[in-house]
Amino acid sequence: MFEKLTGWLKRRGGKAPEDSSSVEKGFLVFQHTGEVIRAERCLQAAGFSVEVKGPPPELVTGCDMVVIFPLIMESAVRRVLDGERLVPLNVVPVSGPLLEPVSLYRTKDYGEWFMVQAANVKITVERVSGRIVNVSGGGCPDVPYLASILVGETIAGAQEPRVQGHTLCSYALQKAFLEARRIWRQGEES
Amino acid sequence: MSWLVCGTVPDDDFPLCMGTWRVDGDRLVPESVSVCGSAGTVPSVPVQRGTPALVAAAVLALEKLGGSAPLVLLAGDCGSSKGSARLYEFLSSWLGSQESQELEGITFHYLFPSVDGHNRVLMALEERAFPRPVLIADAGFMYAAKMSGYASKYDVFTPDAGELAFLADEKAPHPFYTRGFLLSENNRTDELARAAWEHGDSARILLVKGSCDIIMEEGREKARVTEPCLPFMEPIGGTGDLVTGLLTAFASSGTAIGQACLLAARSARLTGRLACPNPASSIASFMPFVSKGVSEAVERH
Repeated sequence: MFEKLTGWLKRRGGKAPEDSSSVEKGFLVFQHTGEVIRAERCLQAAGFSVEVKGPPPELVTGCDMVVIFPLIMESAVRRVLDGERLVPLNVVPVSGPLLEPVSLYRTKDYGEWFMVQAANVKITVERVSGRIVNVSGGGCPDVPYLASILVGETIAGAQEPRVQGHTLCSYALQKAFLEARRIWRQGEES
Repeated sequence: MSWLVCGTVPDDDFPLCMGTWRVDGDRLVPESVSVCGSAGTVPSVPVQRGTPALVAAAVLALEKLGGSAPLVLLAGDCGSSKGSARLYEFLSSWLGSQESQELEGITFHYLFPSVDGHNRVLMALEERAFPRPVLIADAGFMYAAKMSGYASKYDVFTPDAGELAFLADEKAPHPFYTRGFLLSENNRTDELARAAWEHGDSARILLVKGSCDIIMEEGREKARVTEPCLPFMEPIGGTGDLVTGLLTAFASSGTAIGQACLLAARSARLTGRLACPNPASSIASFMPFVSKGVSEAVERH
């Protein structure tokens, strides 16, 4: 396909663009080879397109094999691994194995409400009741779906977004959700 | 027909469908909508957030501006990507049909960010025998456009601050993996937008949505919109969709795309002021005020 898009090739330091398929992939890094094999098996059984390869030089930890998976589906992939009690040492993009997930939260005080942002997703909670009043942002289709489930529930009792989320946006929402829950519980204790 | 909106509804049972919609209270109601590839009926959908909010804003604004409602291609997708994949496949084929000949613009919205799906659509656009439509991308499709390396083929992206940092990070495959130093609030929007443009990760125009809306063209600042100042807009799900819906309406009614960005940012704020929101408000409560917000923005322009 890229050959047909002649003239559109993006210049990155004079080089042709990377293989587009690698942009969407991630590495699952495990401690032991046995975990890699189990992860490959259970993810394939769950319908994910995965393969096992040698790790790039940047990933020196773990065993000498990694599982390559569709990065955007990180939340759904983690759920399957959780079900098999498989915990990866690291999850990183193939296009940048040294990239780390966003760990910065932005919290905004709106008086009766507070908002927590993680990456591109925001969740807003009413202080007194703990009710989730809004979910905003995200670009993947599961964020509007999860918003329809979460809004109106309490941050203490609501089902975590990771239970039904599929994508990295929903994983960002999971992070924002847990931070909002932590802040709300802290407020309850003080 | 001149403008197409492509997006999703958070319901896996919702059929892939195409047609025009009207707004009835807090619901989007099918006006003339057909299920793609088979017979069947299409249900109404609530205007809560996402693509239904974008479409409702566009429909209401176009009623005021005297334009015809946009054609809407919708798929049901709760995040599995299956509905989006069906939409990409259908759209790639439809863009080569005579039916699409008069198409003047496309707004892409909440779709699963698939580079392959994106490239199929872009290739179909390139191979058309008809004039190239104006291309606006927001949400998941904007992520795919950036990831594909063909962002500069687009006329407008509509990121918020977090998404702008993602566009500015030439290494990031998704906003969740944006490097922290680019997410700092100390970063200047114009510098991030310039970086995105220089890396080839930006559309020609960026409408950056935030406490101050900034319109950038080819890495250079063209305009800022700060009034009325409404801090409660940010937490409300769907306010970004409102802006993109209004942009669609202005562009569809013949306004030059740069001016359409400016008018969209202003009319969203004026609509927000009329709605008197708080952080617990729903975007549906904005819809009764879209018409007045649009007319106030046009009068002041």
